[in-house]
Amino acid sequence: MKYKILYFAFSLLFILPGSYFLIRFGLNPSVDFTGGSLIEFQVNASLAELRPVIEAQTPVASLQQSADSFVLKTKEITQEENQALQAKISSQFGEVKEKRFATIGPTLGKELIKKTLVGILLAAGFILSYVAYRFHDKKYGICAILAMLHDSLIMLGVFSFLGVYFKVEVDALFVTALLTILSFSVHDTIVVYDRIRESQKLFPKLSYYDLVNKAVTETLGRSLNNSLTIIFMLLALYLLGGDTTKWFVFALLIGTVSGTYSSTFTAAPLLVLWEDLKQHQHHTSKV
Amino acid sequence: MKQFRWRLWFILALTAAAIAVNLIPKYTLKTGLDLQGGTHLLLQADMDNIDPADRNTALESVKQVISRRVDLYGVSEPIIQTSQFQNTYRLIVELPGVKDVNQAISLIGQTAQLDFREDQTATAGATTLVFQPTGLTGKDLKKAAVSFGQSGNTTGQPVVSLEFTQEGSQKFAEITQRNVNKPVAIFLDNQLITNPIVNEPILSGQAVISGNFTTDSASQLAIQLNAGALPVPIKIIEQKNISATLGSDSVRKSVIAGSIGLGLVALFMILLYGVNGFLADIALVIYGLITLAIYKLIPVTLTLPGIAGFILTIGMAVDSNILIFERLKEEVRAGRPFSIALELAFGRAWDSIKDANVATIITSLVLINPLNFNWLNTSGLVRGFAITLFIGVIISLFTGIIVTRTLMRLFLSHSHTSKV
Repeated sequence: MKYKILYFAFSLLFILPGSYFLIRFGLNPSVDFTGGSLIEFQVNASLAELRPVIEAQTPVASLQQSADSFVLKTKEITQEENQALQAKISSQFGEVKEKRFATIGPTLGKELIKKTLVGILLAAGFILSYVAYRFHDKKYGICAILAMLHDSLIMLGVFSFLGVYFKVEVDALFVTALLTILSFSVHDTIVVYDRIRESQKLFPKLSYYDLVNKAVTETLGRSLNNSLTIIFMLLALYLLGGDTTKWFVFALLIGTVSGTYSSTFTAAPLLVLWEDLKQHQHHTSKV
Repeated sequence: MKQFRWRLWFILALTAAAIAVNLIPKYTLKTGLDLQGGTHLLLQADMDNIDPADRNTALESVKQVISRRVDLYGVSEPIIQTSQFQNTYRLIVELPGVKDVNQAISLIGQTAQLDFREDQTATAGATTLVFQPTGLTGKDLKKAAVSFGQSGNTTGQPVVSLEFTQEGSQKFAEITQRNVNKPVAIFLDNQLITNPIVNEPILSGQAVISGNFTTDSASQLAIQLNAGALPVPIKIIEQKNISATLGSDSVRKSVIAGSIGLGLVALFMILLYGVNGFLADIALVIYGLITLAIYKLIPVTLTLPGIAGFILTIGMAVDSNILIFERLKEEVRAGRPFSIALELAFGRAWDSIKDANVATIITSLVLINPLNFNWLNTSGLVRGFAITLFIGVIISLFTGIIVTRTLMRLFLSHSHTSKV
């Protein structure tokens, strides 16, 4: 815990630029949220072959195949862009016959975001109360939620950055990735806190600082091991899995690493900081 | 020890049941549009009677009514979006894995405009009755439901029971008072479905529509009445099967990658914790089997977010085991005999496992929104994720603790007897 300033600084290294990107550029919403264009066409090619050719021209929200045609949903494009795309496809695969070109509305409304946000806030509130109750001190609850916030900010910041420089879009999958990581982060943090609580019972004479130090060191091994299992799964999915889920898995990967880091290097130091501030307040008020 | 025996048999029985459910072809895993694809319907709205300025709103409300219908029908996570081109106003409805597509189509396609009319035949004794609208329509309905006829010639037959709103009940009372011993006609989309004679004024605000319903057609009408009538007539102009939105090629690769990932996790556990790791792996396999079986039984429609939830719960199940094993290492290092260390490890780890999992349970419950609060999520996507997460956590608590514990005790007793 000696280096807690360092740990906070390291976190800020990611959070500050991330937040800047978030505030300045926001996130890049996908067709799910904004609506776009739909093109239905026939061409002599396979789904796997078509996808990269189309992706070179325009981001693909979804490419589906039916008995006799392909249905492409993409960002809103003009008729010229549509023709250009078809020219590109036909240069590789032969004649393209367009069956339909239309504007499509969004599939997920803004209410999804709003309601999910309400849900998260509510859940965070419950978790805060539960943790505060189980650990007999509200600082545990609050710091756990702060760690959770830390992880969400990092995820959002990274994806805002990716959205600006790599045109990565945020879709419904990203929302689920965010929710998954929140659960994981809290889970991990609670395990560390539990160790602290137990050490408190066993060594009541130890200073809080040393207590947290001891607990964190003891749980470090376990925390890493557990995260490694999840990271193995996700790495396999990222490297070997299909293209369409790559960013989803990437979001989960970032969240998992961040969640593990935050349990040990953010949630715990925050507790020590809290205690320090309380002691400081206590002393100054005494004077 | 007897308790231990009982537990072992229970686990074996449960595993066998899970395997059975997984093998029976009747129970298939329902997957969403993103993984499996489904039926793609293209509907065209007839906007002739609508002012051009209002057409977008009309299309939006068609979308909402159809969303409600599909939701009430029980199809989870459809994709419904508006589609416009110049003067055509269309709706795309994609339904994952619908068993009876034709029923879904007739559910969606019908306008479902309900209205009540009374007999205004001028001449007494005329053979054809002339009906006039009364102003009581489907909008005055509070709820519609399927039930079975209680009396007369409709006993045992499917009927649709209606419950009116307060205003509707008032109107209905007046209508029935005016028409005692005369027929009151019920029209659906301008077609007469039934015209029962009113025996006495009905003040309770409840009515029954009977007449040649099958259970299916009755529930279809009930759904349509509950979801609301379509503001404009629509026509289904195209229907076809469509492949997965995530790309079937992509999905296949991901399934392989996922299995490799799981294999790595299993290997890792064995490397770290030796035999105990292997036992944890067995518990993990049992966990997978039971969870899959439950997904099939309920059934849960699995989408990619749902799978993410499932992966997360695997991570947490493994975590519970790791917590126990690390604790075990410590206790053994502290010099305690193995069997006592085992019990202590389980006891101490249980506290943190419980707290951590409760947090996840809270999150998933809030996201599932079981009481259907309007200010919380009612959409399929997040809910589907939360449901898989919730089920996974509960089962992982069971397998992570009870199954691993029983397996380890089993191993312990065996190693003891072999030592003797």
